[in-house]
Amino acid sequence: MAALFQAPTAFSSSNSLDSNKFNHSPSPRSLSERKSSILTVRSDARSNPLLNSAAHKPHRFITNAVATKPDTSLASTSSKPGHELLLFEALREGLEEEMERDPRVCVMGEDVGHYGGSYKVTKGLATKFGDLRVLDTPIAENSFTGMGIGAAMTGLRPIIEGMNMGFLLLAFNQISNNCGMLHYTSGGQFKIPVVIRGPGGVGRQLGAEHSQRLESYFQSIPGIQMVACSTPYNAKGLMKAAIRSENPVILFEHVLLYNLKDRIPDEEYVLSLEEAEMVRPGEHVTILTYSRMRYHVMQAAKTLVNKGYDPEVIDIRSLKPFDLHTIGKSVKKTHRVLIVEECMRTGGIGASLTAAITENFNDDLDAPIVCLSSQDVPTPYAGTLEEWTVVQPAQIVTAVEQLCQ
Amino acid sequence: MSFSATNFAQPRPVPVGVRSNEKPLSSDASRFRFRGPPSFLGSPHSLRFKPIPPFKLAIPHSQRSAASSVTHIANGKMVKSSANLLITKEEGLELYEDMILGRFFEDMCAQMYYRGKMFGFVHLYNGQEAVSTGFFKLLKKEDTVVSTYRDHVHALSKGVPARAVMSELFGKATGCCRGQGGSMHMFSKEHNVIGGFAFIGEGIPVATGAAFSSKYRREVLKEAGADQVTLAFFGDGTCNNGQFYECLNMAALWKLPIIFVVENNLWAIGMSHLRATSDPEIWKKGPAFGMPGVHVDGMDVLKVREVAKEAIERARRGDGPTLVECETYRFRGHSLADPDELRDPAEKARYAARDPISALKKYLFENKLASEQELKSIEKKIDEVLDDAVEYSDESPLPPRSQLLENVFADPKGFGIGPDGKYRCEDPKFTQGTAHV
Repeated sequence: MAALFQAPTAFSSSNSLDSNKFNHSPSPRSLSERKSSILTVRSDARSNPLLNSAAHKPHRFITNAVATKPDTSLASTSSKPGHELLLFEALREGLEEEMERDPRVCVMGEDVGHYGGSYKVTKGLATKFGDLRVLDTPIAENSFTGMGIGAAMTGLRPIIEGMNMGFLLLAFNQISNNCGMLHYTSGGQFKIPVVIRGPGGVGRQLGAEHSQRLESYFQSIPGIQMVACSTPYNAKGLMKAAIRSENPVILFEHVLLYNLKDRIPDEEYVLSLEEAEMVRPGEHVTILTYSRMRYHVMQAAKTLVNKGYDPEVIDIRSLKPFDLHTIGKSVKKTHRVLIVEECMRTGGIGASLTAAITENFNDDLDAPIVCLSSQDVPTPYAGTLEEWTVVQPAQIVTAVEQLCQ
Repeated sequence: MSFSATNFAQPRPVPVGVRSNEKPLSSDASRFRFRGPPSFLGSPHSLRFKPIPPFKLAIPHSQRSAASSVTHIANGKMVKSSANLLITKEEGLELYEDMILGRFFEDMCAQMYYRGKMFGFVHLYNGQEAVSTGFFKLLKKEDTVVSTYRDHVHALSKGVPARAVMSELFGKATGCCRGQGGSMHMFSKEHNVIGGFAFIGEGIPVATGAAFSSKYRREVLKEAGADQVTLAFFGDGTCNNGQFYECLNMAALWKLPIIFVVENNLWAIGMSHLRATSDPEIWKKGPAFGMPGVHVDGMDVLKVREVAKEAIERARRGDGPTLVECETYRFRGHSLADPDELRDPAEKARYAARDPISALKKYLFENKLASEQELKSIEKKIDEVLDDAVEYSDESPLPPRSQLLENVFADPKGFGIGPDGKYRCEDPKFTQGTAHV
């Protein structure tokens, strides 16, 4: 059950992120008031990350998974070098910090307490905060999700963990009817600041029911926000942002990314829920992706760079709503869009994104948008079949080559 | 409790085509239906507490028989007379006024619906007022209530002004939910009414969450006096739904301060409770999960009140949840769209004779707690309240276009960042409802 996945060798080269320094600038700009001790990172426009300029001037945040443009501004403004940890530890750190900060924050889910979470995201928290704050629930997703919603309406800030995102299909009634709707139906009287999180996505031969991608099912629900984390840095930042948000947020984690190791800052930071992340700036084509596919894209990017292409890679992070500013700027620059996602083809995030880009930036496109998604099949058990269900780096390379002809 | 052997030893006849609960089901079912002339207010015969071995209930008098427990409670509230009355005059008038408000309001709703002032599905509560009044008049303002689509009277009894409820039904901007909820979604933060749910069973987990909040406040946040109780109301049809059982389990497991009130009116639209349920005695499902299950005559406001008092005090003390099954009846159809042709007129007549309002009136007269005059003046007052509510609602404005997007998110940043780099909600046209989303 609680299989801790080794980071697959497929992207081990891009995985050793510790050799590449993170660059980020402390940028306390954001729309909401932030305490001065917290970094709030808004993504960027300018290439110099040290440009700590006036209000609303965005800053670049770069993870150099593939460093093609060596960053000269390595003299980072963060004084400490940060600390290294795995993605699930980053989630835990974010969770722990928020629980310390606000006593109304609590966790509920199956095996989150004494067991520490099936992916160890809540390990040690029950000992520290008690059994009521880290609540082991019976196996009743629909009801404990509803319970979390009721608790949120009456003043608490629960984090509801689905042991696997797929199990939240059982809670769909509560998530769509109550979580998203009640703020509206009550005329704004009750807010529902829940975070619903859990691991999803295609793992290593877990079978169809443990390999679900629920982004597409939840995206039409009005009133919720959806974010997907992909690195330890954004995992912690998004976790904290989701907990602090007054809206219900669904945080999608990926089973295969929990063991990613990276260095994150020591000082506190919160990311913006609505923003996308510029992974690798480029000129020829915009590749939009999220979650695990980011790593397939970056691997393909290495091949593409060797072939002379210059892809711009954006991790959209916010699955609902889309950050049309970052995406739009990129489209206006490159005029070609490739979407790479793990969601199913039909009605997935890519489909919505294609529609949104066509609606808003049709004049800026030189070619039709290409969307690479998983096949519309229940994920097979056999390794070979499973590999062909999701998008592989070779397909990404081919797609870019075709797009850029 | 252990298995009832009669369930297996005497298979009950499958009640095909049964239209009332007249047919005897088994010897156990005598608890379920009434034998002989229905005994009314203050009668102990239908009060049943089920102490659950090996759980020890903290209340000493649960060990006594039901009859004496009623007397005990009654003794606590006794008016100084040998008559052993259950209520004082003020309480009696309060109960009467609340039930009249519920009844007249629902009648007014029907009128307004047929005049085209309100639309959609409207579910009226006529006949069930004893349950609502019996429970609500014992609650504090901080206590939380969760209901179903038959929620007008629950909202009114909790204290939501008739004006707010009526204009919500008319779909006006002055409604308690700004016109966005409607008949089936009554919410009030001020009075702690958290729904109003259209799907049955959907509110029960939410109620469990509210009870969890209360326990959390008491034990984690250490708030003094955090003893708010939550009441979850739902019907007989809901008792076959998974969410009900999941929440009974969790509530008993964590001893949440919640009371599950089943308004068993025997019909789920056109489905008789007996045709849908393998064991129709819903109160029995409480002990199966480790909480007391009580069956009470839901047409008798004083009996309901006595049971409610016990259950609420139990929850407030921290002793955990209770399941209360109120046997009641709705005089009208399931909703205003239901022609109500399926129910046996004889059954309807039987229950009409047990109208809770008439029953309370009789009790008040017989025990010299109120005069005809006083009750008439209450009715007149309520008539005026309702006329005012209708007038207010008629004159209230409809929601403007700009209201459409206002409450989708508590934090409107959730609408995201537009192509121009600004949050969409910063766009001035957005608040006017004309911006593109």
